[in-house]
Amino acid sequence: MAVGMKRIPKLRPGFRFQWEPAQNAYVLLYPEGMVRLNDSAGAVLKEVDGQRNVADIVALLEQQFPDAGSLSEDVSDFLKDAEQQHWILFT
Amino acid sequence: MSGHHAMPAGDRPGIGPPLWLLAELTYRCPLQCPYCSNPLDFAQTQQELTTEEWVRVLRQGREMGAAQLGFSGGEPLVRQDLPELIAEARQLGYYTNLITSGLGLTATKVNAFRDAGLDHIQVSFQASDPELNNAVAGSRKAYDQKLAMARAVKEAGYPMVLNFVIHRHNIHQMEDIISLCERLGADYVELATCQYYGWAFENREGLMPSKAQLEKAEAEVNSYRKRLTSSGSAMKLIFVTPDYYEERPKACMNGWGSLFLTVAPDGTALPCHSARLLPIEFPNIRESSLHSIWYDSPGFNHYRGDSWMPEPCRSCDEKDKDFGGCRCQAYLLTGNADNADPVCGKSPHHDRILAARKAADHATAGLEELTYRNADNSRLFFRG
Repeated sequence: MAVGMKRIPKLRPGFRFQWEPAQNAYVLLYPEGMVRLNDSAGAVLKEVDGQRNVADIVALLEQQFPDAGSLSEDVSDFLKDAEQQHWILFT
Repeated sequence: MSGHHAMPAGDRPGIGPPLWLLAELTYRCPLQCPYCSNPLDFAQTQQELTTEEWVRVLRQGREMGAAQLGFSGGEPLVRQDLPELIAEARQLGYYTNLITSGLGLTATKVNAFRDAGLDHIQVSFQASDPELNNAVAGSRKAYDQKLAMARAVKEAGYPMVLNFVIHRHNIHQMEDIISLCERLGADYVELATCQYYGWAFENREGLMPSKAQLEKAEAEVNSYRKRLTSSGSAMKLIFVTPDYYEERPKACMNGWGSLFLTVAPDGTALPCHSARLLPIEFPNIRESSLHSIWYDSPGFNHYRGDSWMPEPCRSCDEKDKDFGGCRCQAYLLTGNADNADPVCGKSPHHDRILAARKAADHATAGLEELTYRNADNSRLFFRG
Protein backbone atom coordinates (compact mmCIF):
# COMPACT_ATOMS: atom_id res chain seq x y z
CA MET A 1 0.00 0.00 0.00
CA ALA A 2 1.31 3.45 -0.88
CA VAL A 3 2.13 6.00 1.79
CA GLY A 4 -0.65 8.57 2.24
CA MET A 5 0.20 11.94 0.68
CA LYS A 6 -0.93 13.90 3.74
CA ARG A 7 1.31 12.03 6.17
CA ILE A 8 4.31 13.83 7.65
CA PRO A 9 7.60 11.92 7.87
CA LYS A 10 10.36 12.77 10.30
CA LEU A 11 13.69 11.19 11.16
CA ARG A 12 13.58 8.72 14.00
CA PRO A 13 15.01 10.19 17.23
CA GLY A 14 18.77 9.69 17.34
CA PHE A 15 19.11 9.72 13.56
CA ARG A 16 21.02 12.47 11.81
CA PHE A 17 21.17 13.31 8.13
CA GLN A 18 24.16 15.18 6.83
CA TRP A 19 26.43 15.79 3.86
CA GLU A 20 29.84 14.12 4.08
CA PRO A 21 32.40 15.65 1.70
CA ALA A 22 34.85 12.77 2.19
CA GLN A 23 32.21 10.33 0.93
CA ASN A 24 30.77 12.77 -1.60
CA ALA A 25 27.34 11.73 -0.38
CA TYR A 26 24.58 12.33 2.12
CA VAL A 27 24.68 9.89 5.00
CA LEU A 28 22.32 8.83 7.74
CA LEU A 29 24.01 8.51 11.11
CA TYR A 30 22.58 6.61 14.07
CA PRO A 31 23.93 4.90 17.18
CA GLU A 32 27.19 3.30 16.09
CA GLY A 33 26.04 3.09 12.48
CA MET A 34 26.10 4.95 9.22
CA VAL A 35 24.35 4.50 5.89
CA ARG A 36 25.74 6.14 2.79
CA LEU A 37 22.75 7.24 0.75
CA ASN A 38 22.50 7.16 -3.03
CA ASP A 39 21.58 10.38 -4.83
CA SER A 40 17.83 9.84 -4.91
CA ALA A 41 17.59 8.70 -1.27
CA GLY A 42 19.66 11.73 -0.28
CA ALA A 43 17.43 14.07 -2.29
CA VAL A 44 14.26 12.77 -0.59
CA LEU A 45 15.59 12.70 2.98
CA LYS A 46 16.97 16.22 2.54
CA GLU A 47 13.36 17.45 2.39
CA VAL A 48 12.18 15.43 5.40
CA ASP A 49 11.99 18.01 8.17
CA GLY A 50 9.06 16.90 10.32
CA GLN A 51 6.90 19.72 8.85
CA ARG A 52 6.35 18.84 5.20
CA ASN A 53 3.92 16.11 4.25
CA VAL A 54 4.60 13.58 1.51
CA ALA A 55 2.79 15.67 -1.11
CA ASP A 56 4.94 18.72 -0.24
CA ILE A 57 8.08 16.66 -0.62
CA VAL A 58 6.97 15.25 -3.97
CA ALA A 59 6.16 18.76 -5.23
CA LEU A 60 9.54 20.10 -4.12
CA LEU A 61 11.42 17.27 -5.78
CA GLU A 62 9.42 17.57 -9.01
CA GLN A 63 10.42 21.24 -9.05
CA GLN A 64 14.10 20.33 -8.52
CA PHE A 65 14.04 17.58 -11.15
CA PRO A 66 11.62 18.82 -13.85
CA ASP A 67 12.74 16.16 -16.34
CA ALA A 68 12.00 13.28 -13.99
CA GLY A 69 8.22 13.26 -14.55
CA SER A 70 5.88 12.27 -11.74
CA LEU A 71 7.78 11.30 -8.59
CA SER A 72 4.95 10.45 -6.21
CA GLU A 73 5.35 6.71 -6.61
CA ASP A 74 9.15 6.71 -6.20
CA VAL A 75 9.04 8.99 -3.17
CA SER A 76 6.22 7.03 -1.58
CA ASP A 77 8.05 3.72 -2.14
CA PHE A 78 11.27 5.05 -0.70
CA LEU A 79 9.58 6.52 2.39
CA LYS A 80 7.76 3.29 3.02
CA ASP A 81 11.04 1.42 2.81
CA ALA A 82 12.71 3.97 5.10
CA GLU A 83 9.92 3.48 7.63
CA GLN A 84 10.40 -0.29 7.54
CA GLN A 85 14.11 0.21 8.10
CA HIS A 86 13.14 2.33 11.14
CA TRP A 87 14.97 5.37 9.76
CA ILE A 88 11.86 7.54 9.79
CA LEU A 89 8.52 7.76 11.56
CA PHE A 90 5.25 9.26 10.44
CA THR A 91 3.82 11.78 12.88
CA MET B 1 26.19 -2.40 15.08
CA SER B 2 26.90 -2.28 11.40
CA GLY B 3 25.32 -0.25 8.65
CA HIS B 4 26.22 -0.22 5.01
CA HIS B 5 29.71 1.14 4.94
CA ALA B 6 30.92 3.33 2.19
CA MET B 7 34.22 2.64 0.53
CA PRO B 8 35.06 6.01 -0.96
CA ALA B 9 38.41 6.92 -2.45
CA GLY B 10 40.78 8.50 0.04
CA ASP B 11 43.98 10.43 -0.43
CA ARG B 12 45.93 7.35 -1.54
CA PRO B 13 44.87 4.89 -4.21
CA GLY B 14 43.16 1.93 -2.60
CA ILE B 15 43.05 3.43 0.90
CA GLY B 16 39.73 4.90 2.03
CA PRO B 17 39.42 7.41 4.88
CA PRO B 18 38.96 6.32 8.51
CA LEU B 19 35.20 6.78 8.80
CA TRP B 20 35.13 5.56 12.41
CA LEU B 21 37.22 6.98 15.19
CA LEU B 22 37.33 5.33 18.59
CA ALA B 23 38.68 7.59 21.32
CA GLU B 24 39.73 5.47 24.27
CA LEU B 25 39.97 8.35 26.69
CA THR B 26 41.35 6.38 29.63
CA TYR B 27 42.05 2.89 30.90
CA ARG B 28 40.82 3.88 34.37
CA CYS B 29 37.57 2.12 35.31
CA PRO B 30 35.71 1.42 38.54
CA LEU B 31 34.66 -2.03 37.29
CA GLN B 32 36.72 -5.22 37.02
CA CYS B 33 34.99 -7.25 34.29
CA PRO B 34 37.11 -10.33 33.54
CA TYR B 35 36.49 -9.99 29.77
CA CYS B 36 37.70 -6.40 29.45
CA SER B 37 39.19 -5.64 26.03
CA ASN B 38 41.83 -3.33 27.48
CA PRO B 39 45.44 -4.57 27.39
CA LEU B 40 46.48 -6.85 30.24
CA ASP B 41 49.21 -4.38 31.23
CA PHE B 42 46.92 -1.32 31.15
CA ALA B 43 48.10 -0.21 34.58
CA GLN B 44 51.49 0.52 33.04
CA THR B 45 50.03 3.29 30.89
CA GLN B 46 51.22 6.70 31.96
CA GLN B 47 50.41 10.13 30.67
CA GLU B 48 46.91 10.18 29.23
CA LEU B 49 46.46 12.62 26.37
CA THR B 50 45.58 16.16 27.43
CA THR B 51 42.35 17.89 26.41
CA GLU B 52 44.27 19.87 23.78
CA GLU B 53 45.75 16.70 22.32
CA TRP B 54 42.33 15.05 22.10
CA VAL B 55 40.89 18.13 20.44
CA ARG B 56 43.69 17.96 17.86
CA VAL B 57 42.92 14.28 17.21
CA LEU B 58 39.21 15.02 16.80
CA ARG B 59 39.86 17.88 14.35
CA GLN B 60 42.34 15.90 12.27
CA GLY B 61 40.06 12.87 12.17
CA ARG B 62 37.07 14.90 11.08
CA GLU B 63 39.10 16.61 8.34
CA MET B 64 40.01 13.17 7.01
CA GLY B 65 36.34 12.14 6.86
CA ALA B 66 35.66 10.40 10.17
CA ALA B 67 31.93 10.69 10.91
CA GLN B 68 31.29 8.21 13.74
CA LEU B 69 33.06 8.87 17.01
CA GLY B 70 33.04 6.64 20.07
CA PHE B 71 34.13 7.89 23.48
CA SER B 72 35.21 4.78 25.26
CA GLY B 73 37.76 3.49 27.76
CA GLY B 74 38.16 2.24 30.47
CA GLU B 75 35.33 4.33 31.77
CA PRO B 76 35.28 7.60 29.79
CA LEU B 77 33.29 9.36 32.53
CA VAL B 78 36.38 9.56 34.73
CA ARG B 79 37.77 12.18 32.33
CA GLN B 80 36.78 15.56 33.74
CA ASP B 81 37.03 17.14 30.27
CA LEU B 82 34.40 14.85 28.72
CA PRO B 83 31.76 17.61 28.33
CA GLU B 84 34.30 19.79 26.55
CA LEU B 85 35.32 16.96 24.21
CA ILE B 86 31.67 16.13 23.45
CA ALA B 87 30.93 19.75 22.58
CA GLU B 88 33.99 20.01 20.34
CA ALA B 89 33.18 16.73 18.58
CA ARG B 90 29.55 17.63 17.98
CA GLN B 91 30.48 21.05 16.68
CA LEU B 92 32.89 19.40 14.22
CA GLY B 93 29.99 17.31 12.87
CA TYR B 94 30.70 13.91 14.39
CA TYR B 95 27.93 11.56 15.44
CA THR B 96 29.01 11.19 19.05
CA ASN B 97 28.59 7.93 21.00
CA LEU B 98 29.38 7.56 24.68
CA ILE B 99 30.14 3.98 25.64
CA THR B 100 29.84 3.72 29.39
CA SER B 101 29.34 1.39 32.33
CA GLY B 102 27.00 4.01 33.80
CA LEU B 103 29.14 4.25 36.93
CA GLY B 104 29.89 7.86 37.70
CA LEU B 105 26.94 9.01 35.62
CA THR B 106 24.18 11.20 37.07
CA ALA B 107 20.93 12.48 35.60
CA THR B 108 22.48 15.96 35.65
CA LYS B 109 25.42 14.77 33.55
CA VAL B 110 23.11 12.93 31.16
CA ASN B 111 21.30 16.20 30.50
CA ALA B 112 24.49 18.28 30.35
CA PHE B 113 25.98 15.91 27.76
CA ARG B 114 22.80 16.18 25.70
CA ASP B 115 23.04 19.97 25.81
CA ALA B 116 26.68 19.69 24.70
CA GLY B 117 25.47 17.74 21.67
CA LEU B 118 25.98 14.09 22.60
CA ASP B 119 23.99 11.92 20.19
CA HIS B 120 23.87 8.60 21.99
CA ILE B 121 24.73 6.84 25.24
CA GLN B 122 25.33 3.10 25.32
CA VAL B 123 25.03 1.61 28.80
CA SER B 124 26.58 -1.79 29.41
CA PHE B 125 25.15 -4.39 31.78
CA GLN B 126 26.75 -7.60 32.99
CA ALA B 127 23.58 -9.62 33.63
CA SER B 128 19.80 -9.31 34.03
CA ASP B 129 19.86 -9.64 37.82
CA PRO B 130 21.80 -7.67 40.44
CA GLU B 131 23.59 -10.60 42.02
CA LEU B 132 25.27 -11.92 38.88
CA ASN B 133 25.73 -8.45 37.40
CA ASN B 134 27.63 -7.22 40.43
CA ALA B 135 29.69 -10.38 40.76
CA VAL B 136 30.91 -10.08 37.15
CA ALA B 137 31.51 -6.34 37.43
CA GLY B 138 33.29 -6.66 40.75
CA SER B 139 31.14 -3.89 42.23
CA ARG B 140 28.29 -4.16 44.71
CA LYS B 141 26.45 -1.05 43.57
CA ALA B 142 26.81 -1.46 39.80
CA TYR B 143 23.41 -2.92 38.89
CA ASP B 144 21.16 -0.38 40.63
CA GLN B 145 23.24 2.46 39.25
CA LYS B 146 23.01 1.05 35.71
CA LEU B 147 19.23 0.71 35.94
CA ALA B 148 18.88 4.26 37.19
CA MET B 149 21.11 5.58 34.43
CA ALA B 150 19.37 3.61 31.68
CA ARG B 151 16.14 5.30 32.83
CA ALA B 152 17.82 8.72 32.89
CA VAL B 153 19.15 8.21 29.36
CA LYS B 154 15.68 7.33 28.12
CA GLU B 155 14.13 10.23 30.01
CA ALA B 156 16.55 12.67 28.36
CA GLY B 157 15.37 11.55 24.91
CA TYR B 158 18.50 9.77 23.69
CA PRO B 159 18.22 6.68 21.52
CA MET B 160 19.02 3.83 23.89
CA VAL B 161 21.44 1.03 23.21
CA LEU B 162 21.95 -1.51 25.96
CA ASN B 163 24.94 -3.78 25.73
CA PHE B 164 25.35 -7.14 27.41
CA VAL B 165 28.55 -9.12 27.09
CA ILE B 166 27.50 -12.76 26.97
CA HIS B 167 29.49 -15.69 28.35
CA ARG B 168 28.89 -19.09 29.91
CA HIS B 169 27.74 -17.59 33.22
CA ASN B 170 24.93 -15.40 31.86
CA ILE B 171 24.03 -17.03 28.52
CA HIS B 172 21.07 -18.77 30.17
CA GLN B 173 19.52 -15.35 30.85
CA MET B 174 18.71 -14.34 27.27
CA GLU B 175 14.96 -14.04 27.78
CA ASP B 176 15.33 -12.16 31.05
CA ILE B 177 17.89 -9.83 29.51
CA ILE B 178 15.75 -9.00 26.50
CA SER B 179 12.67 -8.59 28.64
CA LEU B 180 14.56 -6.18 30.92
CA CYS B 181 15.61 -4.17 27.85
CA GLU B 182 12.02 -4.07 26.63
CA ARG B 183 10.85 -2.72 29.98
CA LEU B 184 13.58 -0.06 29.90
CA GLY B 185 12.50 0.99 26.40
CA ALA B 186 15.74 0.17 24.57
CA ASP B 187 15.98 0.87 20.85
CA TYR B 188 18.85 -1.55 20.31
CA VAL B 189 20.07 -4.46 22.37
CA GLU B 190 23.56 -5.75 21.75
CA LEU B 191 24.05 -9.31 22.98
CA ALA B 192 27.74 -9.55 22.34
CA THR B 193 29.32 -12.89 23.11
CA CYS B 194 32.83 -12.44 24.47
CA GLN B 195 35.58 -12.02 21.95
CA TYR B 196 38.72 -13.59 23.25
CA TYR B 197 41.27 -10.80 23.40
CA GLY B 198 42.83 -9.01 26.34
CA TRP B 199 41.41 -10.18 29.65
CA ALA B 200 38.85 -12.38 27.91
CA PHE B 201 41.63 -14.40 26.25
CA GLU B 202 43.28 -14.85 29.64
CA ASN B 203 39.95 -16.09 31.02
CA ARG B 204 38.72 -17.90 27.94
CA GLU B 205 38.17 -21.27 29.52
CA GLY B 206 36.03 -19.76 32.22
CA LEU B 207 33.99 -17.61 29.81
CA MET B 208 33.41 -19.49 26.58
CA PRO B 209 29.92 -21.00 26.29
CA SER B 210 29.50 -24.56 25.08
CA LYS B 211 27.94 -25.25 21.70
CA ALA B 212 24.77 -26.49 23.42
CA GLN B 213 24.51 -23.30 25.50
CA LEU B 214 24.98 -21.20 22.40
CA GLU B 215 22.36 -23.02 20.35
CA LYS B 216 19.80 -22.70 23.11
CA ALA B 217 20.54 -18.97 23.42
CA GLU B 218 20.24 -18.45 19.67
CA ALA B 219 16.88 -20.18 19.60
CA GLU B 220 15.66 -17.99 22.47
CA VAL B 221 16.83 -14.80 20.78
CA ASN B 222 15.22 -15.80 17.49
CA SER B 223 11.90 -16.59 19.08
CA TYR B 224 11.93 -13.33 21.06
CA ARG B 225 12.78 -11.46 17.85
CA LYS B 226 9.72 -12.96 16.17
CA ARG B 227 7.52 -11.87 19.05
CA LEU B 228 8.92 -8.32 18.81
CA THR B 229 8.30 -8.15 15.07
CA SER B 230 4.73 -9.38 15.34
CA SER B 231 3.97 -6.90 18.13
CA GLY B 232 5.31 -4.06 15.92
CA SER B 233 8.19 -3.27 18.28
CA ALA B 234 11.12 -1.36 16.78
CA MET B 235 13.53 -2.75 19.38
CA LYS B 236 16.36 -4.38 17.49
CA LEU B 237 18.28 -7.37 18.82
CA ILE B 238 21.85 -7.78 17.70
CA PHE B 239 23.26 -11.14 18.74
CA VAL B 240 26.99 -11.43 18.10
CA THR B 241 27.93 -15.09 18.28
CA PRO B 242 31.50 -16.16 19.06
CA ASP B 243 33.64 -16.83 16.00
CA TYR B 244 35.14 -19.82 17.80
CA TYR B 245 32.08 -21.75 16.58
CA GLU B 246 32.50 -20.70 12.95
CA GLU B 247 34.37 -22.46 10.14
CA ARG B 248 35.31 -19.25 8.36
CA PRO B 249 36.87 -16.21 10.06
CA LYS B 250 35.21 -12.83 10.47
CA ALA B 251 36.20 -9.97 8.16
CA CYS B 252 37.85 -8.34 11.14
CA MET B 253 37.43 -4.54 11.24
CA ASN B 254 36.32 -4.79 7.60
CA GLY B 255 40.03 -5.11 6.81
CA TRP B 256 43.14 -3.73 8.46
CA GLY B 257 43.34 0.06 8.23
CA SER B 258 40.18 0.17 6.15
CA LEU B 259 37.55 2.06 8.18
CA PHE B 260 38.51 2.06 11.85
CA LEU B 261 41.04 4.07 13.76
CA THR B 262 41.47 3.74 17.50
CA VAL B 263 43.42 6.20 19.60
CA ALA B 264 44.47 4.72 22.95
CA PRO B 265 44.67 6.78 26.17
CA ASP B 266 48.38 7.48 25.71
CA GLY B 267 47.98 8.56 22.08
CA THR B 268 48.99 5.28 20.43
CA ALA B 269 47.04 4.95 17.17
CA LEU B 270 45.77 1.45 16.36
CA PRO B 271 43.81 -0.24 13.55
CA CYS B 272 41.62 -1.82 16.26
CA HIS B 273 41.50 -1.62 20.03
CA SER B 274 43.20 -5.02 20.45
CA ALA B 275 46.07 -4.50 18.01
CA ARG B 276 48.31 -3.23 20.76
CA LEU B 277 49.08 -6.84 21.71
CA LEU B 278 50.73 -7.45 18.31
CA PRO B 279 54.53 -7.28 17.94
CA ILE B 280 54.18 -4.28 15.63
CA GLU B 281 55.25 -0.73 16.29
CA PHE B 282 52.30 1.62 16.20
CA PRO B 283 52.58 5.39 15.80
CA ASN B 284 51.59 7.98 18.41
CA ILE B 285 49.54 11.08 17.76
CA ARG B 286 52.03 13.01 19.89
CA GLU B 287 54.63 12.44 17.19
CA SER B 288 52.73 12.38 13.88
CA SER B 289 49.58 13.77 12.34
CA LEU B 290 46.60 11.43 12.10
CA HIS B 291 46.81 11.79 8.32
CA SER B 292 50.37 10.49 8.07
CA ILE B 293 49.58 7.80 10.66
CA TRP B 294 46.63 6.49 8.65
CA TYR B 295 48.10 6.69 5.16
CA ASP B 296 51.86 6.41 5.60
CA SER B 297 52.83 4.66 8.84
CA PRO B 298 54.32 1.15 8.60
CA GLY B 299 51.96 0.00 11.38
CA PHE B 300 48.79 0.93 9.48
CA ASN B 301 50.13 -0.40 6.17
CA HIS B 302 51.38 -3.65 7.67
CA TYR B 303 48.35 -5.78 6.77
CA ARG B 304 46.71 -3.72 4.05
CA GLY B 305 46.17 -5.50 0.74
CA ASP B 306 47.02 -9.19 0.52
CA SER B 307 50.70 -9.41 -0.43
CA TRP B 308 51.55 -10.24 3.23
CA MET B 309 49.43 -13.38 3.23
CA PRO B 310 51.00 -16.82 3.54
CA GLU B 311 49.13 -19.99 2.53
CA PRO B 312 46.38 -21.05 2.87
CA CYS B 313 45.12 -17.46 2.54
CA ARG B 314 47.34 -16.49 -0.40
CA SER B 315 45.65 -18.79 -2.90
CA CYS B 316 42.22 -18.76 -1.23
CA ASP B 317 39.29 -17.50 -3.27
CA GLU B 318 37.70 -16.05 -0.13
CA LYS B 319 40.61 -13.80 0.81
CA ASP B 320 38.85 -10.65 -0.44
CA LYS B 321 35.86 -11.51 1.68
CA ASP B 322 37.43 -12.10 5.10
CA PHE B 323 40.99 -10.71 4.63
CA GLY B 324 42.36 -13.82 6.37
CA GLY B 325 40.37 -13.05 9.53
CA CYS B 326 41.74 -11.41 12.65
CA ARG B 327 45.47 -10.66 13.05
CA CYS B 328 45.21 -10.57 16.85
CA GLN B 329 43.55 -13.97 16.96
CA ALA B 330 46.19 -15.41 14.61
CA TYR B 331 48.89 -14.05 16.90
CA LEU B 332 47.30 -15.17 20.16
CA LEU B 333 46.61 -18.70 18.92
CA THR B 334 49.57 -19.42 16.61
CA GLY B 335 52.29 -17.02 17.75
CA ASN B 336 52.52 -15.48 14.27
CA ALA B 337 50.14 -12.68 13.29
CA ASP B 338 50.67 -13.36 9.56
CA ASN B 339 48.98 -16.73 9.77
CA ALA B 340 45.41 -17.44 8.75
CA ASP B 341 42.98 -16.87 11.61
CA PRO B 342 42.71 -20.39 13.11
CA VAL B 343 38.91 -20.05 13.13
CA CYS B 344 39.19 -20.98 9.45
CA GLY B 345 38.70 -24.67 8.75
CA LYS B 346 41.53 -24.40 6.19
CA SER B 347 44.03 -23.18 8.79
CA PRO B 348 46.65 -25.74 9.83
CA HIS B 349 46.09 -24.42 13.38
CA HIS B 350 42.32 -24.98 13.41
CA ASP B 351 42.89 -27.70 16.03
CA ARG B 352 43.41 -24.92 18.62
CA ILE B 353 39.83 -23.77 18.02
CA LEU B 354 38.55 -27.34 18.19
CA ALA B 355 40.39 -27.80 21.49
CA ALA B 356 38.78 -24.65 22.90
CA ARG B 357 35.34 -25.91 21.88
CA LYS B 358 36.01 -29.21 23.55
CA ALA B 359 37.21 -27.47 26.71
CA ALA B 360 33.99 -25.40 26.74
CA ASP B 361 31.97 -28.61 26.83
CA HIS B 362 33.69 -29.67 30.03
CA ALA B 363 34.47 -26.37 31.75
CA THR B 364 33.52 -26.17 35.40
CA ALA B 365 35.29 -23.01 36.60
CA GLY B 366 33.13 -20.70 38.64
CA LEU B 367 33.10 -16.91 38.38
CA GLU B 368 35.35 -16.64 41.41
CA GLU B 369 38.14 -18.46 39.56
CA LEU B 370 38.44 -15.83 36.81
CA THR B 371 41.20 -13.23 36.77
CA TYR B 372 39.47 -9.91 37.33
CA ARG B 373 40.57 -6.79 35.50
CA ASN B 374 42.12 -4.52 38.08
CA ALA B 375 45.38 -2.70 38.62
CA ASP B 376 46.84 -5.35 40.94
CA ASN B 377 46.27 -8.14 38.44
CA SER B 378 47.43 -5.90 35.60
CA ARG B 379 50.80 -5.35 37.25
CA LEU B 380 51.37 -9.09 37.11
CA PHE B 381 51.31 -8.82 33.31
CA PHE B 382 53.96 -6.11 32.97
CA ARG B 383 56.51 -7.22 30.50
CA GLY B 384 59.51 -5.42 31.92
